[in-house]
Amino acid sequence: MKTIYFDNNATTRVDERVLEEMGPLFCEFYGNPSSMHTFGGQMGRKIHHAREQVAALLGCEPSEVIFTSGGTESDNAAIKGALAAQPHKRKVITTRVEHPAVLSVCRDLENHGYTVVELSVDRQGRLDLAELQKHIDADTALITVMYANNETGTIFPIDRIAELAADKGVAFHTDAVQAVGKIPLNLSGNNIDLLSLSGHKLHGPKGIGVLYVRKGTRLAPFMLGGHQEAGRRAGTENVPGIVGLGKACELAAQSFDEEHSRVRHLRNMLEKAILKKCPDCRLNGDPENRLPNTSNISFEYIEGEAILLMLDKYGICASSGSACTSGSLEPSHVLRAMGVPFTAAHGSIRFSLSRYNTEEEVNYTIEKLPPIVNQLRQLSPFVAR
Amino acid sequence: MWEYTDKVRDHFFNPRNVGEIENPDGIGEVGSLACGDALKLTFKLDEKGRIKDAKFKTFGCASAIASSSVLTELIKGLPLEEAAKVTNKDIADYLGGLPEQKMHCSVMGREALEAAIENYRSGGRKKHELEGTIVCTCFGVTDREIERVIRENSLTTVEQVTNYCKAGGGCGGCQGEIEKIIEKVQGEKIREATVSPPRREGKLTNVQKIQLIQQTINEQIRPALRAHGGNIELIDVEANKVVVAFRGMCAQCRTAELTMKEVVEAKLREFVSEGLFVEEDKESAGQPHNHIE
Repeated sequence: MKTIYFDNNATTRVDERVLEEMGPLFCEFYGNPSSMHTFGGQMGRKIHHAREQVAALLGCEPSEVIFTSGGTESDNAAIKGALAAQPHKRKVITTRVEHPAVLSVCRDLENHGYTVVELSVDRQGRLDLAELQKHIDADTALITVMYANNETGTIFPIDRIAELAADKGVAFHTDAVQAVGKIPLNLSGNNIDLLSLSGHKLHGPKGIGVLYVRKGTRLAPFMLGGHQEAGRRAGTENVPGIVGLGKACELAAQSFDEEHSRVRHLRNMLEKAILKKCPDCRLNGDPENRLPNTSNISFEYIEGEAILLMLDKYGICASSGSACTSGSLEPSHVLRAMGVPFTAAHGSIRFSLSRYNTEEEVNYTIEKLPPIVNQLRQLSPFVAR
Repeated sequence: MWEYTDKVRDHFFNPRNVGEIENPDGIGEVGSLACGDALKLTFKLDEKGRIKDAKFKTFGCASAIASSSVLTELIKGLPLEEAAKVTNKDIADYLGGLPEQKMHCSVMGREALEAAIENYRSGGRKKHELEGTIVCTCFGVTDREIERVIRENSLTTVEQVTNYCKAGGGCGGCQGEIEKIIEKVQGEKIREATVSPPRREGKLTNVQKIQLIQQTINEQIRPALRAHGGNIELIDVEANKVVVAFRGMCAQCRTAELTMKEVVEAKLREFVSEGLFVEEDKESAGQPHNHIE
């Protein structure tokens, strides 16, 4: 059975051209970049090239790119590192809809005497910037707000938020794991101090990420040991991962047009057909400012895991914000923060596309999904026959 | 991804006895949309008092649907007294087991059966009522229900209780109480306490006391407040006076604050020291709050 992969916000397929670059780095060129001999030392040039590729995608200087093990490490390092560098300030502002890699870190800070403000969002998942502004004070050390939401695809006005932070001299971090590679961004033209990205979300390998640190941003080193990454992140470099991520960034820059036209078109096709063919369903998230690849739809009166398993039978991969799939007993914190009623939160399905998806796959899904929804509704005690 | 047995998959993809019996002898409805799963069971008896037909409608995940389907299969043909003896374990065993975190689906099946039998015995008037006092407010689970799943499934940890009946799986505020119920039922100390540092013997140093107060707030008090959109902050400790600030919904709601103050005080006295009393920090009460809805 063919796999139809609509779960690209979870992870993506590695581009063959990325794999090709990585291949020789395991058995052929396996040296340590810190070594004195030519065999190892030449790896430094490869890392330097990858750093340039990442910088080109982000619109920043290569020296502002620190390689990490992924998005979660970047988030942890940015938040803890920024706070450690300003020990006299004790307040952090974030949002209720952040990824756990940010939210859990912030909530843990509360246990260490920090005041954490979690901004709420409206029904479309949008922030109230006036509320944000009201919370910024002299004690505020850091504002951390995600670029785009992983569940709904809602894009926050990050440039504007970064400007508000900069006006008050507050450090600003954004978790851009879902945004990088999907929408163009240019760090030279805004006030973002710290930005996290992850390799495997943009057709690069798993286990590699980047923390962008604007020149002059105060950040305590977060992994102690050797001198790697200018002493900020010690540990022998993950050379294959770094080279792979560099290539993935280069390819992402070339495919923005495709993301914006073809992927968006496929997403819209899928979304429109589902909303039209299935009664009692609703779109979650901001329909205006949204990632071109993401669609989050709630099906009332039925439960997400059941829908996923039925889709799985046809080889269709998606994800859900229902309690049963989150591994906890509560449905998605993002949908709850948006005031999505429980009935709809339990029955939410996220489709996230990539440049590898085809119109044929979309049509196949449009054909298979409505009968699944019908079948489960026939089982549901909340639907009258 | 959950590891489901072939039996679970079979009953999920091909559920038996779906629907509602017209003019049933018994109706059992349990669960709710908010909780994420719900089951409506109807049955009809023959002239000898055997269950002639049983049908179900379920909102929920694969294991909830499979458990409901199996329940109807198990009770069909049984005399009512025999059917009443079906336990959640019977359902889970028939399915070749369920993932631990999904055991509550089998418990929901047993609950619906009980509710339906109760409904029949009361002549169709009685709706299912909760017995005992509510322990878990997030999922509406009573002490009686918790005691029962502990006894029937020989449970020994809070985590297991959560897996079997959801209690303790929301804000976590009732986990201490669940621990006590486990101790009571099992008649012995449970294997490990999940949270709650034991109260220290002897006099604490000032630093130790403040740390213990902060720890108690972090572990015992904040999770429950968070679940309702609120928060608490430790402002100061002067001798036995603990100054705290309530944030978010707690700060806006006067009555909640009164009760919260009592709850906070009780927890601090239990975990830190008898002599403590709590005061609200008036200055910070006027500040803007988190979680404005």
